[in-house]
Amino acid sequence: MIADRLNTLFAKPWIWAFLGAGLVWLATIAFTRGQGAGEILSAALSFATFSAIIGIGQMYVITLGPGNIDLSIPATMTFAGAVSMKIIDTQDSMVVPGLVIALTCGAAVGFFNYGLIRVLRIPPIIATLSSSFLVQSSAIAYGRGLKIKPPPILADFTTAKILGVPLLALCVIGLAAVMSVVLHRTVYGKSVIAIGQNPRAAQLTGINVEFTRFATYVLSAVLAGLCGYVLSGFSGGASLNMGADYLLASIAVVVIGGTSVAGGFANLPGIWGAALFMFLLVTMLNTFGLTAGVRLILTGVIIVCVITLAGGRKT
Amino acid sequence: MIARIVSPRVFRGLLPAFSLTVILIAIFYLQPRAMSYFGLNLLLNLALPIAFATLAQMCVITVNDLDLGIGAYVGFVACVSATWLNDQPAIGLLILAGCIVAYGALGALIHLRNLPSIVVTLGMSFFWLGLALLVLPTPGGKAPDWVRAIMTFKTPGVPMTIYAASAVALLVHFGLKRSAYGVVLRGVGGNPRSVERAGWSVLRAKVTMYALAGFFGVMSGISLIGLTTAADANIALRYTLLSIAGVILGGGEFVGGRISPIGAVLGAMTLTLAGSFLSFMRISPDWQIGAQGGILIVVLALRAIINRTEARQSR
Repeated sequence: MIADRLNTLFAKPWIWAFLGAGLVWLATIAFTRGQGAGEILSAALSFATFSAIIGIGQMYVITLGPGNIDLSIPATMTFAGAVSMKIIDTQDSMVVPGLVIALTCGAAVGFFNYGLIRVLRIPPIIATLSSSFLVQSSAIAYGRGLKIKPPPILADFTTAKILGVPLLALCVIGLAAVMSVVLHRTVYGKSVIAIGQNPRAAQLTGINVEFTRFATYVLSAVLAGLCGYVLSGFSGGASLNMGADYLLASIAVVVIGGTSVAGGFANLPGIWGAALFMFLLVTMLNTFGLTAGVRLILTGVIIVCVITLAGGRKT
Repeated sequence: MIARIVSPRVFRGLLPAFSLTVILIAIFYLQPRAMSYFGLNLLLNLALPIAFATLAQMCVITVNDLDLGIGAYVGFVACVSATWLNDQPAIGLLILAGCIVAYGALGALIHLRNLPSIVVTLGMSFFWLGLALLVLPTPGGKAPDWVRAIMTFKTPGVPMTIYAASAVALLVHFGLKRSAYGVVLRGVGGNPRSVERAGWSVLRAKVTMYALAGFFGVMSGISLIGLTTAADANIALRYTLLSIAGVILGGGEFVGGRISPIGAVLGAMTLTLAGSFLSFMRISPDWQIGAQGGILIVVLALRAIINRTEARQSR
């Protein structure tokens, strides 16, 4: 009975990401002899939140099938963060309009991305890459290289904790749950999966393929905008390189989380597991007191190894 | 006859040369003094390493993959060239040969485990950056004298860069576009299954292309260090995006093994000149990457128009 349950549990593609995160966490606290175990977990939840937000968007895009990927996420984050923080201008009363502005920035980038893919008939990789150049430049020209401070209320909200659990992380776990329902229970979500499995068949069954693709690219960019907004609040302002680390993160959490890179099979819980794993991995390497060079090498090697193990299970 | 000359096919082939000419004329118009040996030398100074990096990227794109780690790799090569290659040339050469083998092995891994090249190479970018930091923790080192001598050699007529770039472009053109095995290599990008059925090893082709990419990456790093004389781990990080843009500008496509070595070199030169063009226009450097994105989109739009005309004609 218990063996059966365990078997079904291990058959889930997302379990490996959580197991990995757990192992890395245990290795870290074994090294510190149990010190700071709770703090590390709390910090991991805080930082994983941001990778999880953009990971959800990237997962929807990747699920659309081979060749679909959004490389403009880091630029969109930076752009939405810079524009919203500058307009809010540290006034608490502007927090909600600022959020709307950040989401609008994201939506605009999403529109633009899809427009390039559709009108120029170019692969999404090239379209989102070209637009990320433009978006990044706009952010630099607009932000003028300054770190623009967030309003106090946003900073408080994004760093607030309930019994040691970050409030923002709880919100994003909620978001992930909602997006999971959208993926598996709505026409839109099922269309995304169907297109990823076979775009031709999806078209023939009457799914509006182009609209679904449009909605997905906009969704990914809107989530990147949201991430830029909350990350600006969390990290004390919008800076021009704040998106830099998130290109790898957005793709890695999707793949490590058990979503098929070939498209058509999505996995939402895995994104959280993978996001925790990525942060805990860096924490572990830091705790071991390694130099920056060795840390980067190990990060690279571990990512390639995990992808090799995770990606090879299904074609 | 005339219809054959002005066919869309010819237009598409000439597009890279056309973009380069347009940007050169614009620069000469804005700054007539650039139209000299010295002026051209300054303008095209950094074109050679970028052209090599672009050729490296092109090799990977030929087999339908994408290399997001080439910039960090070129940076590592530059660091090795400024330290080991200068102090102990034998060990330096051995390390660089090892790099090329590592790239070939990467191609084998990606093919055998059917992995997404984007994630693997993005992971590898951390690996290379970490290695570069170990070799050269702070900016410094010294370029070997022979590298320096080659890179600053004064050729008659036009600067060395133009001779070297033309020679390399023609060499790769004949290797990939005119040789028998070149057809097989490009065929892997077009239809791997039929290449396999025809009795060729897809694995060997992929390893060859990745090793070639590693080789061009080494050339890029060494030529870069000859110009800058000192190295830094982050020296070439922007080459990743530049190289992709260069391949696309040069008429390469993302799928189907449709590439153009001559076009790629012209594309790399166009991107190098775009920076100077902006400064002559007194446009702030903030817009530098944006302009590269803009050029990319304009060229892709022109290509889309040509493709559509072709489709209409053939109907």
